[in-house]
Amino acid sequence: MMNVMKKEDVVGDYKEYTLSLYDGSEKTVYVTDIEKPFPEGKLIVSRTDTQGIITHCNEAFVFMSGWKEEELIGQPQNILRHPDIPKAVFKDIWDTLGANKKWSGYLKNLRKDGSYYWVNATVIPNVRNGEVVGYASVRRKPAANQIKKIEVEYAKMREQEGGAS
Amino acid sequence: MKYNFTVSPDFPPERIASWYIFNTWLQKKLDIAVHLELHNNFKELQASIDNDAVDIIYTNPFEAAGLVRDKGFMPVATPQGISDEAVIVVAADSDVDKVEDLKPGVKVALTDDQDVNMISMMMLEPAELNKDNIELSNQDNYVLVAKQLMNKKADVGFFYKAAYDELSGMIKSQLKPLVTSEISVIKHMFLVSPRFKEHHAALQEALVTMSDDDKGKQIVTDLGFEAWDKQTQEETEFMIDLMDTLK
Ligand SMILES: Cc1cc2nc3c(=O)[nH]c(=O)nc-3n(C[C@H](O)[C@H](O)[C@H](O)COP(=O)(O)O)c2cc1C
Repeated sequence: MMNVMKKEDVVGDYKEYTLSLYDGSEKTVYVTDIEKPFPEGKLIVSRTDTQGIITHCNEAFVFMSGWKEEELIGQPQNILRHPDIPKAVFKDIWDTLGANKKWSGYLKNLRKDGSYYWVNATVIPNVRNGEVVGYASVRRKPAANQIKKIEVEYAKMREQEGGAS
Repeated sequence: MKYNFTVSPDFPPERIASWYIFNTWLQKKLDIAVHLELHNNFKELQASIDNDAVDIIYTNPFEAAGLVRDKGFMPVATPQGISDEAVIVVAADSDVDKVEDLKPGVKVALTDDQDVNMISMMMLEPAELNKDNIELSNQDNYVLVAKQLMNKKADVGFFYKAAYDELSGMIKSQLKPLVTSEISVIKHMFLVSPRFKEHHAALQEALVTMSDDDKGKQIVTDLGFEAWDKQTQEETEFMIDLMDTLK
């Protein structure tokens, strides 16, 4: 079962969005404009299988997501998806991984309580004996100036995508 | 057959004797001849690796990556309870109180410990600093990095946390740490070359059970940790993947 956000977990005034997912399904998320600061000196790490299902995550990942570890393992990595990130960004992640390459970029992630945190993410294929056995992502603290620039860029991209999430 | 053992030159100098004692224990335990050769810096260590003159090594994951992926080294064990962390430091009286206060053009004092340098560079990113907009000043060891800061010859220093913690109180009182990494999953490890393969299992067993008796426990304690944990190939591969994401 996919874990979905619940209104009672959300803290503060929120907006409701319906996200259409890559697999054709939809999910409803509740989004506030409260930012959670990135923990100083830490890395947020997760691993997925080849389908993007979370298999491992570190303590910083659990802490920043707002979910419990057992609510995260076995869930699709899109449990973090925030409506402000254009679909083209996710397509770029998967196209890059599909070409067996490393992807780096900025992502705004959604927490269980509706707040968000920006990360500078790197996603790589885990290659063992020449075969991709899964993916890993390491997220670090981004520079505030970079986030200002990327917010503008992502807003333009979302407009081009027709404003739909 | 005599095997060559080395330890990456990032351990505190006070531990040299402890590594020789460890080597004596190792030879008795496995009943093989092992020569311990310590290097002054990573450049010398690399030369020795390039000449295939290393069979057993205790090193950081940055060095381990090349050994595993290019030279077929096999992981054996990792120390319990300690991980490789870095500290970004300025002089105690510096105006800088957080990484974001640092400006392009700052002069950074650092050693040739690539593991620490990589983690440290990552911690400078929130200030939009990278290797193209800072000035690097290479030093032979961490005491010299500290001196560069104290003498105002550099603005920022990169330290291996274990080395920073062992600086004297007098030196530390003149320094101010800005941020310390808390990565937890990047660790030193014990690896062996394909030439040592026949002894891999025996060495792993010896290390993992080393702290079960008082004598072994004392030797491990003197090296600065509690015990050895078994390190699998997959754990090592994943650590190398992690290092790749930081490059
Ligand atoms: C290892 C890995 C890490 C990922 N990390 C994130 C992340 O932090 N935030 C995010 O929104 N999507 C992340 N993704 C992309 C998601 O898998 C997913 O494509 C995205 O959230 C959009 O959802 P959808 O593809 O179901 O439409 C990651 C994918 C992989 C393989």
